[in-house]
Parts: sequence; structure tokens; C-alpha cells
Amino acid sequence: MNKHHRVPSNRTLSSVEVKSKFGAEFRRFSLDRSKPGRFDEFYGLLQHVHRIPNVDLLVGYADVHGDLLPINNNDNYYKAISVASPLLRLFLQRKEEADYSAFGTDSLTRPKKTVLAAVLLRPDANRKKPPVIISLPRDFRPVSSIIDVDILPETHRRVRLYKHGQEKPLGFYIRDGSSVRVTPQGLEKVPGIFISRMVPGGLAESTGLLAVNDEVLEVNGIEVQGKSLDQVTDMMIANSHNLIVTVKPANQRNNIIRSSGGGGGAASGSSGRSSDSGASFYGYFTPGAAIATTPAHIIQNFHPEELESDEDDEDLVIEADGEAVPIPRAASASCSMPSLPRYEPHLNLRSTANGALASSTGSLSTVSTPDRGLEGRSLEEDGTLITL
Amino acid sequence: MKRFRRHGQESHRDRIKQELYGFNKTVEHGFPHQPSALVFSPSLQLLAIGTRSGAIKLYGAPGVEFMGLHDENAAVTQVHFLPQQVDLVTLLDDNSLHMWTLRAHQGVSELLEIGRFTLTGPPGAPPSVTRVTAVLTHSSGDLLFLGTEGGHVFVVEVPGFRELEERNISLENVTNSLPEDYGGRRSLEHVESLQENPVNPRQVLIGYGRGMMVIWDLERQSAVKHIPATQQLESVWWTEDGGHVLSSHSDGSYCRWMVAGEGTQSEQEKSEVPYGHFPCKAISKIIQLPTEQGPPFLFLSGGMPRASYGDRHCISVIHSKTHVALDFTSRIIDFFVIRDGPDHTGDPSALVVLVEEELVVIDLQTEGWPVIQTPYLVPLHCSAITCSHHVSAIPLKLWERVLSAGALQNTHYSKKPWPITGGQNLSPDAPQRDLLLTGHEDGTVRFWDASGVCLYPMYKLSTAGVFLTDAEPNDNMNQGTEGEWPPFRKVGCFDPYSDDPRLGVQKIHLCKYSGYLTVAGTAGQILVLELNDEAAEQTVEATVADLLQGQEGFRWKGHTRLEVKEEPVMFPPGFQPFALVQCQPPAVVTALTLHSEWKLVTFGTSHGFGLYDYQQKNTVLVRCTLNPSDQLAMEGPLSRVKSIKKSLRQSFRRIRRSRVSLRKHHVNSAAKVQEANARLEAELAEMELAPVQRKIEARSSDDSFTGLVRTLYFADTFLSDSSHHTPSLWAGTNGGSVLAYQLRLPPVERRAEDPVSAHPAKEIQLMHRAPVVGIVVLDGHGSPLPEPLEVAHDLARSADMQGCHQLLVISEEQFKVFTLPKVSAKMKLKLTAIDGSRVRRVGVAWFGSSRSEDYGESGLTVLTNQGDLHVVSLPGVKLQVQYPCIRREDVSGIASCVFTKHGQGFYLISPSEFERFSLSARCVVEPRSLVEVPSQTPSTTLPRAQPDGPSVAHRNSTRATDDVEGSARRVMEHALLNDETTHDHPTARFIITNLTHGNCQSSLCVCGLTCSFLTAVLQEIQKSLEGYQP
Repeated sequence: MNKHHRVPSNRTLSSVEVKSKFGAEFRRFSLDRSKPGRFDEFYGLLQHVHRIPNVDLLVGYADVHGDLLPINNNDNYYKAISVASPLLRLFLQRKEEADYSAFGTDSLTRPKKTVLAAVLLRPDANRKKPPVIISLPRDFRPVSSIIDVDILPETHRRVRLYKHGQEKPLGFYIRDGSSVRVTPQGLEKVPGIFISRMVPGGLAESTGLLAVNDEVLEVNGIEVQGKSLDQVTDMMIANSHNLIVTVKPANQRNNIIRSSGGGGGAASGSSGRSSDSGASFYGYFTPGAAIATTPAHIIQNFHPEELESDEDDEDLVIEADGEAVPIPRAASASCSMPSLPRYEPHLNLRSTANGALASSTGSLSTVSTPDRGLEGRSLEEDGTLITL
Repeated sequence: MKRFRRHGQESHRDRIKQELYGFNKTVEHGFPHQPSALVFSPSLQLLAIGTRSGAIKLYGAPGVEFMGLHDENAAVTQVHFLPQQVDLVTLLDDNSLHMWTLRAHQGVSELLEIGRFTLTGPPGAPPSVTRVTAVLTHSSGDLLFLGTEGGHVFVVEVPGFRELEERNISLENVTNSLPEDYGGRRSLEHVESLQENPVNPRQVLIGYGRGMMVIWDLERQSAVKHIPATQQLESVWWTEDGGHVLSSHSDGSYCRWMVAGEGTQSEQEKSEVPYGHFPCKAISKIIQLPTEQGPPFLFLSGGMPRASYGDRHCISVIHSKTHVALDFTSRIIDFFVIRDGPDHTGDPSALVVLVEEELVVIDLQTEGWPVIQTPYLVPLHCSAITCSHHVSAIPLKLWERVLSAGALQNTHYSKKPWPITGGQNLSPDAPQRDLLLTGHEDGTVRFWDASGVCLYPMYKLSTAGVFLTDAEPNDNMNQGTEGEWPPFRKVGCFDPYSDDPRLGVQKIHLCKYSGYLTVAGTAGQILVLELNDEAAEQTVEATVADLLQGQEGFRWKGHTRLEVKEEPVMFPPGFQPFALVQCQPPAVVTALTLHSEWKLVTFGTSHGFGLYDYQQKNTVLVRCTLNPSDQLAMEGPLSRVKSIKKSLRQSFRRIRRSRVSLRKHHVNSAAKVQEANARLEAELAEMELAPVQRKIEARSSDDSFTGLVRTLYFADTFLSDSSHHTPSLWAGTNGGSVLAYQLRLPPVERRAEDPVSAHPAKEIQLMHRAPVVGIVVLDGHGSPLPEPLEVAHDLARSADMQGCHQLLVISEEQFKVFTLPKVSAKMKLKLTAIDGSRVRRVGVAWFGSSRSEDYGESGLTVLTNQGDLHVVSLPGVKLQVQYPCIRREDVSGIASCVFTKHGQGFYLISPSEFERFSLSARCVVEPRSLVEVPSQTPSTTLPRAQPDGPSVAHRNSTRATDDVEGSARRVMEHALLNDETTHDHPTARFIITNLTHGNCQSSLCVCGLTCSFLTAVLQEIQKSLEGYQP
């Protein structure tokens, strides 16, 4: 599935050809592949070669699949340089007249996905995907999202927190408590887990999606009922790199009202899904509603395989040669160090906005270490079906 | 199509799983926690112990063990065997009586509860009327006399528990028969003692709390004699000839009364306060036994001068001119005397004393009355257990050498065989010799024979001799000087007060092939020891390993290093230390591994790890794993924990010194304790209701103790390239990193001269940063690499060096397989992310199939923090089976678990008891024994349970009995239908498992005040220790 990594890029070439288009004008120049410099330097260079020193620009490039992707920071700039094969095609737009809808993907065919979908007998996965529109990432990154809105009961909310190695703490506490459930025998008081405190300035608080006294129902698809506070704590911490909590908000006034025509996940199966996921770990391999049809940017669906892939390849291996102080084998390896803030907004947003692409997240996150990423991914694909 | 095939494979796999795995709790080793009652059946030669948690345990000849548990969570206060039968009656704290029997099923006896009963008084009577304080099992075998707090004696027919109201001896009847002048007709108080006349079963002596004793004729229903003692009565003994009665009293006196003669009032023949002059404590029990020729033996428990020796726990044995006050280590629960002869009426041969923390047996026929070593009920906790290590399949040579070293230590024990010989041990001989090593707080390592049902002490190693400690051991254990009064003699080995906590043993590793042992302790000391059959005088060379490696800004606030004795030390035959490494800072050693083939020892603390070459006696490698921002690790042990421990010890001492005689007036004090317990529990419950909150935060590299070394592993594998395998050292830390070093060993012939070197080769930082608790290298076949020297001794297949090796890293949260030499993730099994449990203990085990002799699989045995046991397959890391085993609240039980190499394991169910369990279907060690009914059994055919019984409780008991039997039968039938192997005795196992399981649940919650307190403290300690890994 990581075809774009496997494209044999001519790594021996020391320079990258650049063809830049602004309006009707083209400019061609080259960059040293090993020393591409910073994005702001590159931005200055572009303004210089096009002789438009004071014009605010949107820089986009065509990747190997023909998608138009933005360049607006060091990370995606290096990425663009590294995948240029051999030509890097740039498209410049004035910011004020930029056509945001031009960014995005529409031409993808991912055989892997269809095979998977067929195996999992999801008939609707084969339907023609409607075009997905991706907003332009600016200088922000996702901190959280509401997912699976189409399959959850209105009273529940599934929130995904993006930790991504940033410094900001997750920043919340949980406690034991009791909640009232409706059972065939009538109302019953059952023990439950609740959010007890928010750390000011923490990730959880900044999202506004979680609040004190919200009841925690699931952690990454596993129901917490019957589990102790410590168990749930451990589960959350174990999943902290990509934490998805399903809560029943204490304040039920701000629920998202579903549009009646919501497509992807059939509304009828909604409650079933939410309880299923806890019951069986195989739920992790169900892509669920494979496509998010709702164009709202914060709404997406949860694909457990993302979780699977996410962390795996990030185990950092340092090889030491001889007696020397341990040296990273490749300079790039350190980029995936979890302690360093990674900044790949467009990649994340793209993957999260389109469920069908979700499984590529794993590889994208290791973009900077293609070798390792490749290996890890291919092994991961062999499908170590975990039975628990 | 595909689906069906897969299904077929799965069911095949399920069948294999059934043949490989099966969970059983098989036997409890050690000494029962908080024993509360003792009894001995001379006819069965069985010993029975009841505990505060409601368990009842029977012991006979070594290997003959039975265990039962009352459904009620109440302490067993009395146990009585029915004379000449295999039945016994227990009295619980809640005033219920229970009938147990040993029933044979397919040649194996099992302990079953067959009835229960509670006395019902007349309507409106206060509960004290029926509160049982004394029980007499009549020699006819079918009558029980129950003396109560109200002073009545109820007569009950057994085994059916039918009240014989017409035969009851009411207090009024007795009072009316008393002479007019008796003490102004004050109340006689409760029935303290019931004794049958040894020569006339028609006569029963009733001793009342105020001192009055009455001999009652059962047939004439009238008093025969009065014994007008004036002191509060503690116990009564009727001499064997029936001519005298001895009574002991609360003022420390005992009296002898003549009862043979005519007349209704007995005369006092003698009254004595053995430890006189000053006020004395009560004599709680008195026994006098005749000898063939010469004077009788007199046994008295207690009676010490209150002010000077009130805190001693003594039994005085007086025989002729010999008078010894045996000074025990803890409170005396009860004692009995075993007698010689076919009918057990001969000379006293052994005194068996149950004290709160151990069982002591004294040989009364050998000069000097030496102690007989117990083959079971050994106090594992004579100094608190700090760690344990199990070694399977010990070569015979090493076994014999350890045994002979141990034999030299046991010269002070009596040579007489174990005097309790009841039952037949039918379990097959152990298939192999297994050793369990326990490390203790006082710096000793004890070697136990763990091959069979009896955990037998083999050898004790003390490491304290290497170091200078402030207090010389045993300074208060010195024998009394000549002419001291009372003539004390210390007996027993329970000594929980460690002189220097730094001596505590934390990690042990024994190489069974070479006899090298390494022991590491609390103050960062690592000793390497060698088995030597001769005594030797030698100096132990100490090497300091500076684990900080020049890291700045560290201040160690913990204890100092142990000082080493500089002059040569004499070491007795056995394991003798020859090398010592001391870590700096002297933090607790957290990981330790020995490689006897390479002659290397590696050790780790919270600061780093080191590699020591014990042939050349130098440090090869030191690596600091500290994170500079980790303040906690730098400063040493938390002072709070220390202070808790200190205060605990102080409160123990206080309890020990308390003057309260706990045994007496059990009625009131027990009620008080219960009340206090209830209050404490309510408080605890309230505390639990208060919102406890947990912080949700990703682990970061800045967390505390990330540098703590959790596991160390030697492997000969492909570390750097796939064509050459080299020795390597692997270390896993609390922060989720794995460090690998390549080792260069000189050729064997130059091993003593050329240096060993270590080079960093790889570092893996696990993304999830969970503590790494295990590292295993799997060979080309996917099996774990064999142990050092295992292949050289032809005991294992050599590792496959052709195929690709794999690295298995076990963190608290995941099992993850990497390829070698290029480390890339291959597969994994997530644990915490799925069900929230974390790996606490892990071991590699080999599971043999119970069906076919030659089939077996390797697997990981895993214990989680939820107390569940898992088996994870190798090399596929797939979860195979899962069984709940320990309560999740039982933190110390989970922490104490140790796995064997064949799928068994041990964990502490109390400070003094190991529960043995088995995950393997093939390898099960469980007691199988038969107790036969003694030859003269008049009443085994008595009809059980009459339907017209007077009490409701009675009818209930019948039903309960039938239920037990019914379920047992059902299980049996089920087992037979399923064609299980017949020698397995599924019924027996079923019942034992049930009982043990129940016991484990209740063992902690029902105990007394101190125990609840302890539990709370333990939880507190655990919390503070776990604070750093949220």
C-alpha cells in the first residue's frame, strides 16, 4: 500500500530539478538535494525567481500520484524534495485568490483497500467514493476530532485526541463513579468511570470536546464497563499516542444533530456498532464505515488499524558501530523520535478527513525514514491477527 | 471454503490447548497464616489446625495433607476429632459447629464438610446461653458435650447433630447440687472446661470460669463431687488413672485434687505457683502424663512472672529434676503430647507446640530435649521473604552436595523420625528434583526441596557473615546462664526483626550445572558464590562499580554501602562467597543474571547496570541509564516508605509486649476484635468511596525511574550481522528501552588472562515507553535459547544457528517480536491497550502434552496486575489461555509469584504460605493420600441426619451435605463420561481447587485488627511505590 514510497527515486542524484509555475509563467531551477535549506529560504527563493517579492503565495506541488499538495512548512517541504522524482513541479498562487479546493486527492485507486474491503464483506465499501474536499492547512494542526458521529447514538461522543509527541499534556483525570442504566429490570445503578478534572491548558481542555463529569464508555473501541479505574487508566495511557475515548457528555445540549440523509454508515446499525467494538477485538480489523460522506471537516470515522500502524514503526533503533558513541544510522532516523515534535499537518488532516485513506497514516508518519517505514509496514501487513 | 478450513484448524488447536494447559491450585506450602486452633488424633495420627480465616488443615505423615475451608468467614476457635473415627468437629467464631470427614474416593481420601449446626436456646434467652465455650467429644464417639457462656452444658448426638434435650446439664441443676456454703451462691460463670473421666466414661468434669468444678454422672444425672477451687479457672486435666484432677488458674497457680475417694468434696492435695512470689500470669493449659518408671511429665503453658517475663511465650516441662521453660518466638496457640506404644498410652515421646508463627516439635526421649525438624508447616517467613527463585531439574550431583551441606547445619536437630505418621502418601515420586530458593530480609537464602507436596528445607545460606553489621546476630537469643530462674530455653526459628535491612536479598540466580550462585541485595551488593564441600577461610574481594559514571548533580540520600570485613572469614561447607561487587550508589539491585559458561555476572539498579567477570574479578562494563532530570532515582529510597516500615516494626514490638492474655475470655475479646474490625472496614470502605482520581498522561522520557534496569539477559545470537553469532548482553529499562552489547570473550585457554570486552551494539526505544520486563532470544526454530551449560550437559538441544533469530521484548504492556540482526518489528501482542492489565511476572516454560509423551510447546507464562495468568505461545506471541488466579488487591501475592520451567508456579498467600499452582496439564504436583478408619469403629454406620431433627439449622445441614456429595458425584460422572485419565482423580482436585480458591479470597479480609491494618499499609506502600508510573 505504500507504493509512493517504493517508487524508485533517484537518490544518487545530488540535485532536484524544480519547475515552478506562477500564473502563466514558468521558472526552472535546481536545488541541492542534500541541503535543501529551510522552507522560508525556499519561499524567498521562489519570490525571487518569479520576481514577486511582496506577494503572499500559496505553494503547492504535484506528488507522484498527481495530487496537489501544499508546501507551507519545513516538513512538507522536505517531503516534497524527497519524493521529487526527479522533477519537482510547483504551482504558486496568490493567497488572496487561491482556490483551496484544488488541493486534495481524487485520483487514488488503492487496490489494497478494496481487497481488504472485499474480505471484510462490506458491500458499501466498493461504492464509488465521492470526491473529498480538503481545506487548506494553515499553521495549525489537529488536536482533536469527533469521529463516528454517523454510527453512535446522539447521546454519545467519540473523541480522538492527537498527542503526536507534542509537549502539551493530555491533561485530564478520571475517577470512579456511578451512573444509571436502563435495563430490562428497570433503572439500575452501575459503576462507571468519569472525567474528574481537566488540566488548564491541556490538550483535553483545549479541545472543548471533553468535560468534567463526562462518563467514559470506551477507550479505543474497548468498553470500560467492568474494568477498574486503574485498568482504564492503564488502557488510556497505553493508547495515549492516539487516544480515542467515547464519552457520554454530562452536558447533552451540545450534541451534534445528525442530518437525516447521512450516507456512509447506515444509521440503523449505529448502536450495534458501538457495542460491538468493545465485545470483540476483531472489531479492530473492520474498517467500519469506510467512507465518511459528511463533508464537515471535524467529522471522521475511526479506523482502528490506524492505531495499529501508528506507533509501531516509531520504536527507535540506534545501531552503534565499533566503539564510537552511538550514532544514528541515518540522520533522518532522528526525525521520528517521539520526543521531537513532528509537524505534518497536511498529512494528518488528509488521512483523517478521508476514511478510505486512513491506513496510510502509519506510513506517512514515518515518511522521514523510508527504509524503516517500508520494512515495518510490509511486515505489519502480513496480518498478525491478534486474538484476545 | 476458506472459512471452514480455518474453523477446523481452530478446533484442532483448541484440542491441543486442552492437552497442554490446565489450571489448578494444587497445594499450600508453608505455615498457615494466623492459626487459631490445634488438635491431634492419636488413633489416626493426624494433626489438625484451624485458622482465623476459617480454613482447616490436616497433616499426617509427610505428604499426607488435607485442606478444607468453611463457607463462613469466621475464625476456627476449636477443633476436635471424634475418638476412633475419621470425623472431626470444628467450632467457629460465629458459634456454629461443623462436621468434617475424610472420605475415600477411588483410593484417595478427601476432606468434606458433612454437616453444620448451631445451638438454639429457649426462646427469649440471651445469646450467651448458647454461646459455646467448651466442647467435649465423648469417647463413645456419638456424643458431643457443649459447654456455654451461660454455664449450661448441651448434649448433642453426632454425626447428625441431634440435640438430646433430656440429657442437658443446666446450670440450675448444678447450682442446686452445690453445698450451701459455696461462695454465697455467686454465679459459676461460663463453662471453661469439659473433661471425661479417663477410666469411667459415665463421669464428666465441668469446670466453671469462677473456679468451681463439678464431676457429673451422666447416667444418674447428678453431681458426684465438687472441687471448690477459688481462683479463676484456666484449664483442667484429669490424670490417666482417674484419681486426680489438675486445675490451672489465672493467677499462675495450679492445684492437684484427689477425686478417687468417697465424699462429695475433693481435697486439695497440692497447690503451687511455679514461678511464684511476684504476681504471675495465667497458666492457660496443664497436662500431666505418667511414665513407665519414674515420675510423670508435667507440662504448663504460661505462668510467668508478670512484671519481668510477662511478654514471654513459655511452656514449662517438668520431669523429675529437670525443669525447662521453653521460650517460644510467638504466642502459643495450643500444644499436645504424643505418646509411645501401640495404643498411644505409653511414655510421652514428643511435645508438639503450635505457636502463632511456627510449629515446634520437641523430642522428649533424647537427652537435652532437642527439636525435631518439621517436614511440613515450615515457617517460610522466619525472616520475611524478599524474593524467590526456582530451578527445575537439578542434577543429582548438585542435589546431593546441597543436601550434605544442609545436613551439617542441622546437627542440633533430633535424629528421631517425624512422630506424626497418619495416612498413606500415594502421590507418585516427583519426576525431577526442583529447588525453590527464597531470599530473606536478614540476608539469608533458603533452599527448599520443591519437588513434591512437602516443601522441605534443605540448606540455609547466610550472606551476613561477609559484612560488618552493627548488631551481632542472636544477641538476645543466648541461652540462659546457669541457675537462672525461670530456666529459659529459646526454641523456634521465627525471627522477623532484621538487624540491618540492607542485608535483604533481592535477586538470586543459581546455575544448576556449575554450582555457581549469585545473590544480590538491598544495598547494591552482589555476591558470587561457589559450592564447596569443605569449610574454608577466605577474604572476599570487593569491587566497587560506580554506576553514575560521572553524572553530575546526584545526591544519594539513601542508605550507605555495607562495610566488608577485611580479615578472612571462615565459611562453613556449602556455598561460599568469593567475589563481591558493590554498586555505587548502593541502591537495591533490580536485575541479576549469571552466565556460568562465560563466567560473567550482570547486575542492574535504578541507576544503571554493570557486567562483572568473576574469573578475572574485574568489572567489564558499567553503563549509566539515568535520566538527568530524574530526581527521585538520584535521591534513593523514599523516606516515607522507610518511616512506615519503622513504625510497623515498633507497633509489632508493642503488640508483642502487651500484657493482654489473648487466649482467655475469647468470647469478649473476639467480639471486641470483630467490632473493631467492622469499624475499620467501614472506615476503609468510606475511604474508598472518596473520589480517587487517576491522571491520564502519556509517558515521557522525563518520568521517574525510567533508568531503572528491569531485566538483564545473556544470549549467543546474531547481533550485528547474520553470518556470525556472538555473545551478547541485553538490558531492559523501566523507560521502555533495550540496550544490547556485543561481548568479546577470549578463547578458553586464555580466558584467565585476556580481557573480556563489551561494545554497545544496539539501542531500541519502545514507542510506548512501558517498562521492559523480559527479553528472550528465539532461535531458528522459534524456541528460546537454552540456558548456559545446558547443551554442554546434553540436557538440551543446541540452539538452531541456521535460521533467523528473533528478539522477543516483553514490556508491561506488549509482547513484541523483532528480527535479528536487523531490528525491525515483526509481530506483537498488545495487552494493556486491550484489556487494561499489565504484565507483572513473566517466565519461559515448556508445556508437555498430557496425551502424547513427545509433544510439547514452549510458551510464556504471564501474571498480570489483575492477578490473571496467561499463557502466550512462542514464537507466534498469541494468547493461548487465561485463568483468574490471585485477587487483584493482593499486591504482595502478585509480586511474590515465581514460575517454574515446566508451567508451575508459586505465590505467597500470606507472609508464611506459598500456594502452588500449575498451568500445565502434564505437570501437576498435588497431595494424594489415604487415611483409613481405625480398626475399632463402632459408629460409622450410624444413620446420618434424622429428618425429625428439632432444629431448622439441622435440616439445613443435611441438605448442604447432600449438595456437596451430589455435586461431587456429578463431577465424577462427568469425568468418567469424558474418559479422563483415571489416575487424575478429578473429584479430589475439583474440591481442593474450590476450597483453596475460596480460602485465598478470604484469607486477607477476615483476619484480625493487625491484618486489616497491615493490608491498608501495604496498599499505601504500593501506591507510593507505583506513584512514579501512573
